[in-house]
Amino acid sequence: MARRLGFYLLLAPLVVWLGALLIIPHIDLFITSLQVKVRPRVYELGFANYAEFFTEPLYWNTFARTALMSIAATLLTLLVGFPVSYYIAKLARGPARAVLFVLCLLPFWVSELVRTFGWMILLRETGVVSSALQWLGLTSGPIEFLYNDAAIMVGLVYTSMLFMVVPLVTTLDSLDDSYIEAGYDLGGNGFAVMREIVIPHAMPGIVSGCIVVFMLSLGNYLTPILLGGKDSLWFTEQIYSQFITRFNWEQGSAFGFLLLILSSLIVWTGLKLTGQTLGATVGQGQANR
Amino acid sequence: MIPSIPQNPLLLAAYRVYVGLFFVYLAAPLVVVSVFAFNDSQFPSLPWNGFTWDWFFGDAAPRVGLFHDGPLLKAIGVSVLVAFFVMLLSVAVGTSNAFLFEREAFPLKNVAYVLMLTPLVVPGIILGISILVMTNGVANRVYDAFSIEIETLRPGLVLVVLGQFSFIATIATLVISARLRKFDIGLEEAALNLGASRWTAVRTVTLPYLAPAMVGAGIVAFLMSFENFNTTLMLVGSDAPLTIALFTRLREGSTPVLNAVSLILMIASAVLALIAIALQRDRRA
Repeated sequence: MARRLGFYLLLAPLVVWLGALLIIPHIDLFITSLQVKVRPRVYELGFANYAEFFTEPLYWNTFARTALMSIAATLLTLLVGFPVSYYIAKLARGPARAVLFVLCLLPFWVSELVRTFGWMILLRETGVVSSALQWLGLTSGPIEFLYNDAAIMVGLVYTSMLFMVVPLVTTLDSLDDSYIEAGYDLGGNGFAVMREIVIPHAMPGIVSGCIVVFMLSLGNYLTPILLGGKDSLWFTEQIYSQFITRFNWEQGSAFGFLLLILSSLIVWTGLKLTGQTLGATVGQGQANR
Repeated sequence: MIPSIPQNPLLLAAYRVYVGLFFVYLAAPLVVVSVFAFNDSQFPSLPWNGFTWDWFFGDAAPRVGLFHDGPLLKAIGVSVLVAFFVMLLSVAVGTSNAFLFEREAFPLKNVAYVLMLTPLVVPGIILGISILVMTNGVANRVYDAFSIEIETLRPGLVLVVLGQFSFIATIATLVISARLRKFDIGLEEAALNLGASRWTAVRTVTLPYLAPAMVGAGIVAFLMSFENFNTTLMLVGSDAPLTIALFTRLREGSTPVLNAVSLILMIASAVLALIAIALQRDRRA
């Protein structure tokens, strides 16, 4: 009897947390997205808010652009992060290894706002990069590096790096060196060993990193706004402006739900393609932070 | 380096240079933020006009330093308050969840586990708006029915705490579960054999064993709350936490006082993060 009571006491916080802060809010969000205003304070159910999204090119263009830029940011993060992770897991030895790994983690304990502010100081017209180029004589006048897609990309890759490097280092670390040696012994060159042994082994880490990076890029607000300027056209900005600026919560909820569907779809596809579960990838990755 | 494999020294050198450049890329924004906190100029940009402490200790316009900047200090206070409550809630619920998932068997346990993880794959801004829509709906219905206005359900610090807690609790659960999984249940059974009640056994044997993970999870929760932006943005009322206050100032145009705040933040987070990492090391050992 006491055992049952103990179980229900442990279950209660979980149910309250997930029920009140995850499940009910999302059901409410969906219902709100279906509310169509007919007169002030009078609503009826319908899909007009979703129809608005598909008929207004600005909205779905922004949506598609956000998705494509996020995919590009994810691939770029993987390309930049993989060699570094491989170096930490397989080439660095002794204390250097731990130090390099911690150095990779530390910047991400600093607020994203501070990191983005740093990039603004580096990239703006009067910034460090522009001044350095002038000082080197490579350009005659100041150059504005901010407020374009490349700046958004630099910021997104920077901000996501941790979530790629940690799972990659963890999975690469678990690959026994002797497999790599065996690959070379059997006559494989560096490229073949990478393709046949290292990358297949690292797949869980690659998938887990990509999923989290994609989701974070898609849902990012700070980086596109501050580094991309007025024309950044990020979908979270549309959600924000529907909610806060125009006070059209019904439209904003529909946008939010569409973003949620896209994000979940990508996460689900990534897991299905590699036959993994959410617990094994995201759960592990986060616990290892 | 795997010693048995022949390496082209030139390639290896190029590889090292690449890794070096990567760390320059990681460090660059943080270094410039720190350096320009000491620039004797109205703007956090070049030219370098010499060293000054004004942006920390200056007390007169136009050089109001961080320690005399009322609104910024207040925003730091708000952030600390929010982070404190998020930390308490997350560690409490995280510990309870850890016992639930590691010790109990119940129907739909796998479904519950996946649901517990989902806050990590829901974009923060959507967590924010969904909680906003729900609480506002409840507040409106209560107001229509009873003409009572429930302030805590309108955008403000309570909602910010709940919004951040909604996903930070998952992290706390994972960190604490990982340690509980390694606990030798025989120790608890020994306490029971020696006549302890269940609760006494958990309190005197299991919880002390979990303490490093609970402290570690608490630090992580505090830091994640302190630096959260997306969820907070949608739920914030008139009292702005630091990230929101900094964002507003950044858009208005910045003075190096923002660099000074950032530098203090970096030092504080680095110290806390190193403690958290050290505690996790201990856990793995």
